[in-house]
Amino acid sequence: MMYLIRRFILLIITILLVSIITFGVFQILPGDPIRTMLGTEADATQIENLRSELGLDRPLYEQYADWMKGLLTGDLGNSIRFSMPVKDLLFDRLPVTMSLAGLTLCMVLIVSIPLGMFAARRQNKLSDVSLSTVTQIGMAVPSFWLGMMLILYVGMKFDFFKISGYIPWTQSVTGALSTLVLPALTIAIPQIAVNFRYVRTAVLEQIQLDYVRTIRSKGMSEQNVMYKHVLKNSMIPILTVFGLIMAEVVAGTIIVEQVFSLPGVGQLLITAISNRDFPLVQGIVMYITVAVVAINFIVDILYSVLDPRIRLR
Amino acid sequence: MKMKRSWLLLLFTVVISLVISACSSGDDGKDTATEGDKEGDVKPVSDVPQEIVVRVNDDPDFLDPHKATASISYQMILNIFEGLMAPETDGSLKEGIAESYEIAEDGLTYTFKIRQDVKFHNGDDLTVEDIQYSFDRLMGKSGGEKMSNNFDNVASTTAPDANTFVITLKEANSNFLYSLTARQSAIIPKSNDGKHNENPIGTGPFAYVKYSPGTNLELTKNENYWKEGLPYLDKVTFTFQSDDQAAIMSLMANEVDLTSVPWQRVSEVEGSHALSHQNNNSSLIVTFNETKAPFDNVKVRQAMNYAISKSDIMESVFAGYAVELGSNMSPAMGDFQKTGLEKMYAHDVEKAKALLAEAGYPDGFKTKITVSSHNDMYSNIAQIVVANLKEIGVDVEIEVVEWGIWLDRVYFGRDYQMTTIDLTGRASAFEILNDYISTNDGENFFLFKDAEYDKIMADVLKETDQAKQIEYYQRAQEILAEQAAAVYIADYQIVWGSDKQVTGLKSYPFWFHDMSEVKFAN
Repeated sequence: MMYLIRRFILLIITILLVSIITFGVFQILPGDPIRTMLGTEADATQIENLRSELGLDRPLYEQYADWMKGLLTGDLGNSIRFSMPVKDLLFDRLPVTMSLAGLTLCMVLIVSIPLGMFAARRQNKLSDVSLSTVTQIGMAVPSFWLGMMLILYVGMKFDFFKISGYIPWTQSVTGALSTLVLPALTIAIPQIAVNFRYVRTAVLEQIQLDYVRTIRSKGMSEQNVMYKHVLKNSMIPILTVFGLIMAEVVAGTIIVEQVFSLPGVGQLLITAISNRDFPLVQGIVMYITVAVVAINFIVDILYSVLDPRIRLR
Repeated sequence: MKMKRSWLLLLFTVVISLVISACSSGDDGKDTATEGDKEGDVKPVSDVPQEIVVRVNDDPDFLDPHKATASISYQMILNIFEGLMAPETDGSLKEGIAESYEIAEDGLTYTFKIRQDVKFHNGDDLTVEDIQYSFDRLMGKSGGEKMSNNFDNVASTTAPDANTFVITLKEANSNFLYSLTARQSAIIPKSNDGKHNENPIGTGPFAYVKYSPGTNLELTKNENYWKEGLPYLDKVTFTFQSDDQAAIMSLMANEVDLTSVPWQRVSEVEGSHALSHQNNNSSLIVTFNETKAPFDNVKVRQAMNYAISKSDIMESVFAGYAVELGSNMSPAMGDFQKTGLEKMYAHDVEKAKALLAEAGYPDGFKTKITVSSHNDMYSNIAQIVVANLKEIGVDVEIEVVEWGIWLDRVYFGRDYQMTTIDLTGRASAFEILNDYISTNDGENFFLFKDAEYDKIMADVLKETDQAKQIEYYQRAQEILAEQAAAVYIADYQIVWGSDKQVTGLKSYPFWFHDMSEVKFAN
């Protein structure tokens, strides 16, 4: 219980700090939301009207205080650029980003863990060395480039894949897959490479331990040795890395949504920043903060599930 | 050993199943993907598509036609709304909601006869009260703030009977009719007050369905449209995609039916898609802050005109899809343009050097060009400007900033030395020459100042004879060229790439995707 309360207070402090930093950056950042939105065609009357209508003629700290007050009552305010509640915009887009992140994590798990175990079993043999080389390249490739290549050589070649837009799961499962597989792959490939290396190292460490020799000598099948014992014992370091990877995936969606024109939270963030839409940026930053804190929290809990010796304090 | 094989088998299965699912769905997926997905459940009997997907660079700023200012918004929403007058593709005007109109001899009273068969998208008849309401709203007479400066000159608006609407001006203004299109004064229903942005209603060929921020704007056919037989399409979707390169891939993948094509990539879609070229009617300029040295000196500005090679820019940035300009008027404006001015400053390095020396800069000077990053075009142009000006000893540094910062610093703040931008096309010659340039106008961001010019722009409004107006406008263009108000580079063309079956696209001298006569040919 104490642990939960501590975590919660930590979350509040994190959100507060992050929002203050965002606010500070917005004060330094040149550019004006109203002018950016209305462009060169607007006359002074229109700009001033809109500014006072949205309450942007007040000093920034007042706007921030207002925003904070709203946050306490669960109100994220209205977006300047889109003249609608930040909450609606965010909830519209969360499913896209969540699906993308979910699919990416599945890909990372399904590929990297078996691959890492395989490489560990074949340490220093040709297959291990070549896998390590390939993953080295996978780690080095920037995701926007990878995305473009996938669009050009996969998306444009196979009609199944859509290279822009999003089709919700509720409308069509294959449709959703057709829009999500390539972007998910784009984020997943470098992360698979990273996770593969950690899995390999963790498994290698375990394989050399005495208990493995013991259970092997009592005649347990190799399959059981690897999955029931070695993998389970390797999970702690893998989990730590996996927590980091999840945060990477959340960040990765920002770039990849842009490349694939996916209407997700990341794309919204970029629009919000380039339009100096302060309430919207704050709202999205809150989402990212909560997501990352939540991931860390889940990882912590999983530690104690995997290894009962670890107690949450 | 057994273990190793099962691993390989697992991997192999995963890879193969991915590949197979991709290929097999690819074969039969195509038709359902392009037609089924976009239109939901009802499928037309014929194979000819009844809906179009048009790619647009950005979201509209507002859907409320009186609140919107960005030209990109009107590009889309002019399909929803109409004004008393309507634009023509050649830059002239025709009757819109007004069936006919009369201008009194003194040029002050405008009497409009209103069409009787016009219905709003919600089924209500259009009445003169709605027209009165629309103008009151624009002028801030119905309680709210004034929404436009276009009608400051209006003395009164009245509706003497159910199909007549009269506008009286304070001073004669030969350009006034241009403020009566949907661009400046869309007619919207009074019954929808307070909801014009959330649920816009108009009388245009297409009705609003749904706006998904950052994704698309969906419109549907107006079944009651007063123009018999129009529109042809059942549905129009404007999809927002800021990246040109991504857009052209969407076009090739048939996810989009119409988009602008980056000039350098025209050859890639030439065979597979229909191309149409639109003279943008904008003027691309390289300009200066003319209140600060050295650009306050006309000789320096003329030297810039001689030194910067228009043909270099037209070739390398626009791949030749551009028309050379000599002043702030494109050939797209027909008779209004003063021809021959583009020859005034033929590329001449020696002359430029001589002019610089006369102005007191024999060794050149250092300066900075500030350009926006929202389109690659501007930084590409800046690079050529740097190379060109190096030849005459002027050392230019390029500063690329975000659009928002450009607006803040250059356009509104006027804190810059050089910049390059394209001045958006307008339907009216007066607005083209007055906006951004004349000191009568607040948008004069390069701070050009010339007494004769300002006088012409004031006088022309009082002139009712069109031939004489043209004389004024032509003289105004000469002044801009003589005084080297800016380096007028070119009116670049927009190259539209579309599905080969798409017909009926119209191009206006301003940004408007008119979908009313578009259809897919068999």
